[in-house]
Formats: sequence, C-alpha cells, structure tokens
Amino acid sequence: MSTLLKPETVDHVRDVVAWAAAEETPLELVGSGSKRSMGRPGNAAHTLDMSAFSGISLYEAEELVLSAGAGTPIAGIYAALQEQQQELAFEPPDYGPLLGLPEGAGTLGGVLAANLAGPRRIKAGAARDHFLGFTAVSGRGELFKSGGRVVKNVTGYDLCKVMAGSWGTLGAMMQVTVKVLPAAEKLRTVLVFGCDAVQGVAALTQALQTPYEVSAAAWVPQTVAAHSNVGYVRESGASVAAIRIEGPGPSVEYRCATLRDQLAPFGATEELHGHNSAAFWREIRDVRPFAEPGDTRVVWKLSVPPQSGAKLATALAAVVDGEFYVDWGGGLIWLAVPEAGTGGNEAVRAAVAESGGHATLIRAPAELRSAVPVFQPQDPGLARLSQRLKEGFDPRGILNPGRMYPGV
Amino acid sequence: MEMPKPDDGVIARRREIATALREIVPGEGVIVDEDALRPYESDGLTAYKTLPLIVVLPETTEQVSQVLRYCHENAIKVVPRGAGTSLSGGALPLADGIILGLGKFKKILEIDYDNRCAVVQPGVTNLGITDAVRDDGFYYAPDPSSQIACTIGGNIAENSGGVHCLKYGLTTNNVLGLEIVMMDGEVVRIGGKHLDSEGYDMLGLLTGSEGLLGVVTEVTVRLLRAPETARAVLVGFPSNEAAGECVAGVIGAGIIPGGMEMMDKPAIAAAEAFVEAGYPLDVEALLIVELDGPEVEVDYLIDRVEGIAKANGAISIRVSNSEEERARFWAGRKAAFPAIGRISPDYYCMDGTIPRSQLPKVLTRMTELSNEFGLRVANVFHAGDGNLHPLILYDANEPGELEKAEEFGAEILKLCVEVGGVLTGEHGVGVEKRDLMGTMFTEDDLNQQQRVKCVFDPDSLLNPGKVFPELHRCAELGRVHIKRGEMRFPDLPRF
Ligand SMILES: Cc1cc2nc3c(=O)[nH]c(=O)nc-3n(C[C@H](O)[C@H](O)[C@H](O)COP(=O)(O)OP(=O)(O)OC[C@H]3O[C@@H](n4cnc5c(N)ncnc54)[C@H](O)[C@@H]3O)c2cc1C
Repeated sequence: MSTLLKPETVDHVRDVVAWAAAEETPLELVGSGSKRSMGRPGNAAHTLDMSAFSGISLYEAEELVLSAGAGTPIAGIYAALQEQQQELAFEPPDYGPLLGLPEGAGTLGGVLAANLAGPRRIKAGAARDHFLGFTAVSGRGELFKSGGRVVKNVTGYDLCKVMAGSWGTLGAMMQVTVKVLPAAEKLRTVLVFGCDAVQGVAALTQALQTPYEVSAAAWVPQTVAAHSNVGYVRESGASVAAIRIEGPGPSVEYRCATLRDQLAPFGATEELHGHNSAAFWREIRDVRPFAEPGDTRVVWKLSVPPQSGAKLATALAAVVDGEFYVDWGGGLIWLAVPEAGTGGNEAVRAAVAESGGHATLIRAPAELRSAVPVFQPQDPGLARLSQRLKEGFDPRGILNPGRMYPGV
Repeated sequence: MEMPKPDDGVIARRREIATALREIVPGEGVIVDEDALRPYESDGLTAYKTLPLIVVLPETTEQVSQVLRYCHENAIKVVPRGAGTSLSGGALPLADGIILGLGKFKKILEIDYDNRCAVVQPGVTNLGITDAVRDDGFYYAPDPSSQIACTIGGNIAENSGGVHCLKYGLTTNNVLGLEIVMMDGEVVRIGGKHLDSEGYDMLGLLTGSEGLLGVVTEVTVRLLRAPETARAVLVGFPSNEAAGECVAGVIGAGIIPGGMEMMDKPAIAAAEAFVEAGYPLDVEALLIVELDGPEVEVDYLIDRVEGIAKANGAISIRVSNSEEERARFWAGRKAAFPAIGRISPDYYCMDGTIPRSQLPKVLTRMTELSNEFGLRVANVFHAGDGNLHPLILYDANEPGELEKAEEFGAEILKLCVEVGGVLTGEHGVGVEKRDLMGTMFTEDDLNQQQRVKCVFDPDSLLNPGKVFPELHRCAELGRVHIKRGEMRFPDLPRF
C-alpha cells in the first residue's frame, strides 16, 4: 500500500526515516514534486513529503543570508528577495514547462538538491556555490547539520556540497541557508547575428576573455531564434549569439558599447535593453525552445569544456537528427532528439567520453529513463566512492534509492 | 591538545621503511637525517612541533600512489604537506608518520585561455599561477595573504580565501578539476574543464577537507580576466559600530566591493608604525574598500561609497588616485601580521566568522577578555563576509603565556559560535580548533562527517589527529542502531 507521509516536525522526520530504515522500505522524497520526472524512476512504496518545512526563518539582506524551510516554495523566496532588490545569483531555472508542468512551482530544497543553475553559472556559480548550511535527517534516522549561517566557513567537511546535487539520496533536508546577493542595477544584452555554432562560440569566447564580467553567453540557431518571444531575436532571421552584461548603469553602457565594437567582425550586432534581456535569458534558462506544447522530443543537458561545445554539438546533432542550442559560453549544450529508440544515448555518451564532461537526460519518458543511464556513468573508482558515500549517509538505501545510479 | 599516541612499533621500523620508500622515490627524495627533518617539524602554527618519522618528496603521481599504497599496506600514517603555511596545524607532523611533501610538483601543465582555466601541479604557489598568466591579462582570483609561499594543493585542502573572495569567491568556487590519490594508492580524477559534477560533488567535498581524504596531485583552476582598473577608499571612523554600519550600508546599497577590510585601533597603530601607509591614527576603526572594474564603474561606485561613509559618520576619507597610492593603502593591511610581530615577541592569529551585525558585541567582549587574560589583542576583519582575525599578543618565553593565549583564543572562538558564527572562516580546524568542534557540532554531526572520512580512508591513516576531537573506528560508525518495530509515529499526518 502506498502512503503519503507528511511530517511537520523534526521528530516526525526522524521517526519516519528510522521506521523506513528498520523496515528497509524505500521513501521517495518530494518538496512540491516539480522535478519528479527527473532522474531514474523509482518504485518507492511511500512518499515523504517535505512541504511542511516551509517559511523563511531568517533573512538579513545586509549579511547576504537567508534561511528557510527546505519545502518553502521558490516563488516565495523570490518575492522576499525582490523586496530588497536581491536575488539568488545562480539563477535557478524553472523546468516546469519543459517537463509539461506549470510554471513557478518548486521549492528551495529542491533547487539545492538538484544543484540547478541558470545562465549566470559561468560567473556566479551553481546552487552549490551559494549553499551555506542545512539540517537534515540521514538514512540512519539521525538529525545532523553542516555549515552555518555565515558566508565564510571552513569548519569541518563542506557537506553542503554533497547535499547539493544529491537528489534526495543522502538526507531529508529541513532547514537550509543560502547566500543571497544584490540584483544588478541594469541589464543589457549584446546580440551578434548570423554566426554558425563554431563561430558563435568563438564570439562568446572573445567576450568572455574581456574584463567586462560577462554574466551569460549563449548561442541559438536560427530555428530556435525564430520561436523567441523577443522580437529582435525572433525577427532576425538568423542565428544569434547573445552576451549579457549587468551592473551599475554607466558601466553597463560602456561595456556593451565596447563589446559591440569588438565583436563587429563576427556579424551585425544589436543590443537588448532590460525587459527584452530578461525575457530572452528566461527562455534560455528554462529551456523554453524545447518546451513548446506538443514537443515530445527527448532532451539532454551536456556540460563539456566550453571550447568543445560547438563542434561536439554540431556533429552530435547530425548523427541523432537533433536540434541544439548552447549556453555557458559553449560549456552547456541543450540537445533535443526525436523520441525513438534510446534517445541518442549511445552517441551522446560517446561524444562526452571524448570531450570530457557529462550528459544528463532531463526529459524522457519513464521507460527510457529506466532503460538508459540518466546521469553520466562514472569511472569505476569514482563510482565506488559514490556508492560508499551513499552507504555512509543511508546504509539501508531507503532515501530515493536508485534515483541517480543503480544502488546509490 | 593531545595527538594520538605514537606507535612505537612503527618508529622502531624507521630504517626498514626508509629503505622501502627509497625504492619508490630514489635519490634525495627520502629524508631521515634529523637536521634535514627539522624544517618540517611544524607549519605556520609554530607553537606545535613534532619531528616526523621520515619526509618523502615524490615527483610523480605514480610515486605518490606507490608511497601511499606501501604506507597503507604497512599501516603507516601519512601527513601531506605543501608549503607548510597552515595556521591551524594541518600539516603538523606525527612522530610515527611520514610527511608526504608535494614541494617537487611545481609544474604549470597547461594554460588554456579558450577554456579559461589552467592545469597545474599542487606544489605551484598561489601567486605562481597568477604570475604565469598576468602578462596576458589574466589572474587566479583567490588571494590569501600568504600567496607568495602557499601552494595551490594547500589552498585546496584548506579552501583558502583572500581579501577578494567576497566578490570572487573562495578556492572552492574557483576550482574545476582535481586528480587525487587515495590512501590505498588509487588515483581518481574528478571534474575537468567543464562545470559541475555528474553525480555527488566530490570536488566540493575534497576542497576544504584538510588533507584527510586524499592527496591532491593535479589541479584545474578557473582563470579570470583582470579588471581594467581598481581604486581603494580609506575611511576612518570614530567607532567600530560606525565602521560596521558603513559596511552594512555599502552591501545594503547593492554594492559588492572587490575587497572590504576593517582594522581596529591597535591593528592600525601597529601597521602604521611598520609600513607608514599613511593611516589616520586618531580613528577607532579603519575601512579599506576597493572597487574594481572599468573606470566608469569604479568612479561611479567610489562616489556612492564615499556618500555612504559620510552618512555613517566617517571622520576621514581618502580615495586612491594612482596605483601607487592604492598599493600604499593596502600595504598596511597586508603587513598587519608581521606588523604585530614587531610589537610583540609572539602573536597568535585567530580566524572566526560572525554575523557582521554582532561585531560591536564581539569586540566589546573581546576587550573584556583581553583585560581578564592580561594579553593585548588587535583585530583585522574581512568585513564584507564577517571573517574576523583577532591577533593575540603574547611572549612564549614567559612561562604560561602560550597557554593563556590559547585559552583566550578558545574563548574568542566560543564567542563567535555563541553569536551565530563559526570556528574558522578560512584557516581550517587542523589540530588548533579540533577540540572545540563540539561547541559547534553535536556528536551525530561529527559522526556523520567521520563517515565521510571512512569513505576515503577507512583505516584513518591519512592525516589522523586533525579536525576530529575523537576518532571512532569506521566499523563502529557504520553500524545502524535501528530495530524493526511497529509504526512509531501515530500522530503524523498521512494521506
Ligand atoms: C602570513 C600568513 C598569512 C595567511 N593568510 C591567509 C589568508 O589570507 N587566507 C587564507 O585562507 N589562509 C591564509 N593563511 C593560511 C595558509 O597560508 C593557507 O591555509 C594555505 O592554503 C596553506 O597552504 P600550504 O601550501 O602552506 O599548505 P600546508 O600548510 O603545507 O598544508 C595545509 C593543509 O593542507 C594539506 N595539504 C597540503 N598539500 C596537500 C595536497 N597536495 N594534497 C592534500 N592535502 C594537502 C596538509 O596536510 C595540511 O592539512 C596564511 C598563512 C600565513 C602564514
């Protein structure tokens, strides 16, 4: 019999997990359930719903810290931050529409457990880089914590790092603390039209090698640009390389002007102002190009050395009949593949094995996510470490078992 | 502070061990002579000294792997060491353990501007990386004050910071890849030139693990393009509170400066006497705020910071107008430690972090403690992130003064934890703060951390006696103390 367990206190969580450990019965951990279709499908009989751990318990803007229940809806976090003109600098994406769900769902704990990051990853880091502390219950049913509520701390192992991106396989988080940062005063985007992927990434690279603190760098082919909600992009009739510049007003204007001059040899340039910039980068961040209703293609996310990105993606797309665009200055490839066979698994894995990096299956039917690895298979040495780490936190294998790798 | 009792059996086998190690690392790379061992007897925490059993200085990853495998098979403890500048005793030798020095790993293997990274060996100094790319306009961002000497391997182990880490992050935010050798000799590569991990973030876990999980033999770091300009503002305040308010005001205005450092009156006086940086001596607290970026940005932000400083009661404000002047502003802050060294036979450098709003309370209490212990204290403060470095002045030649200084230091760190802060912001736990871990962590917290240690080094041979106040056996930590029973949570909402 499947039950939904919704603990409201630390003791509840401890009791449930201890019980599950004793029974050796797996639990599926969820916040709001917005990322349930990511990862390897599980068959847990019981769902541990952490959404009762909700609410901001501490927010000190001038200290750059915020603590909240892991189940706090991310939308509530944004609202609080906006009041102080602050933000989560790692720009967590909203994969809702990509996964066929509504926009704006998700919890703070979920964002951290999935170690998400948006286009600003190249400058500001991922969730991992902003995760300061937590309390959690391990698979042993023990309450433990790591980190703190200050932004600089090296006391003991940095367990925030392993909790980030652990997809609920190491512990059930209850309270979390993150670093928050001021939002930029002004935002603009330099567009360069008409480059192919390799040339486009060359333009991004040149921009990233300037001192202008580029905060995002993406390239989209014309087929993707044509679906943008931003007129300048949609109506360009060309591929678009986009470079985001943020900061104080006069500085942003200066940097954009200089970059346009420097990038002119790559093609015609244009500049998006605040509103259009924000809309464009939201599309890139949330993988909107592959989130149109009715798009059932399999979607892969590849993290590779930035210089390998364009060539690898071009070759790969040709083999699997896919469509792709590039973020993180070439280091992130979003690839959509027709939903047939293994969704291009063999070709994707082979390409990544050659370039270095990793590929993750982000959108695929459950059958495919059972049939092929969702996360990049690891070398034997690293795989053994992962396995042992899991055992250290969850020896009975009851917390989201198998969500990442079989046996982990 | 007590270290684990040395194993006489191992000490008795010293010759045999040296011979075996010489088969792996030929020539000068194995040191047994007492005079030659002497330079390794302590690190930057010079109050503690132990002569190591043997020092071995391998030159290749393969040698590191063989040394570790040999030590693993023969149950010999190993302490990794970079430049030995740790201020927490992380590289303190063990009488029955070998020092594995990475000093010969000095090569920069690759500079890759297109991927904006460099691949280096762990013995390369922090500044050595920046030196190698400076002419091309790049740099490696984390900049500990010890950057001339400390190694990138040591930086990884300690997750070191620097005055620029408020804006540019700590070591952990600037590393992309590692090669490590585990205690059993297995070589594992983690990360690379790409971002984020495919599975658990082992890179993040290893960074800051104080040499307890693996020996770092290669590092890939992020390179950044250096800003076009930088200027600094030197602001004097009539009180520590006012300076603290100004820091809050700057961040509250949405400005994250390249650096934001604070010094209290005793630190200002010592620094000024030492380097004549031109610091005002009639102020209680001094703030250095550095803004970097394009000239238009820096000018714009300097204006705003000046305005915020005035609004918070600044009594002196100077803005650097040349590179030379900016360097002079920093000279005093950067020389603060040696400056203190000049006015006192010895000093003890602490490293707590506090929520910045607690600064006035902490400084007041520290003055009280200073009177109680009869020892002077000066403070330098990474103000933007709340990382406080109290420097306790003492004389090791006076019987009992070292112990008093340590007690005073422990009281300060407990105070940091009490007001919501932590024991260490960047120097690490090492042996120094090991026995204070219990003030911050419960036994369950510490046990969970030790289980991580067990993942990498189940026999606890790599740098034992550091970080954890009490070592439990991995077999014991692995046990699950749960019994099968009926549902124990009758009042839990269920659907
Ligand atoms: C004057 C002075 C100023 C300082 N300023 C700062 C500062 O501003 N910010 C800051 O963060 N720190 C500072 N420090 C502390 C120190 O310099 C750093 O902790 C530094 O990272 C240590 O590097 P190291 O090469 O000297 O390492 P060591 O002292 O040799 O070792 C430190 C630890 O790292 C381990 N280790 C070393 N190399 C390796 C390796 N290759 N693999 C695995 N483990 C290894 C050792 O076992 C030990 O636990 C300062 C120290 C001094 C003396």
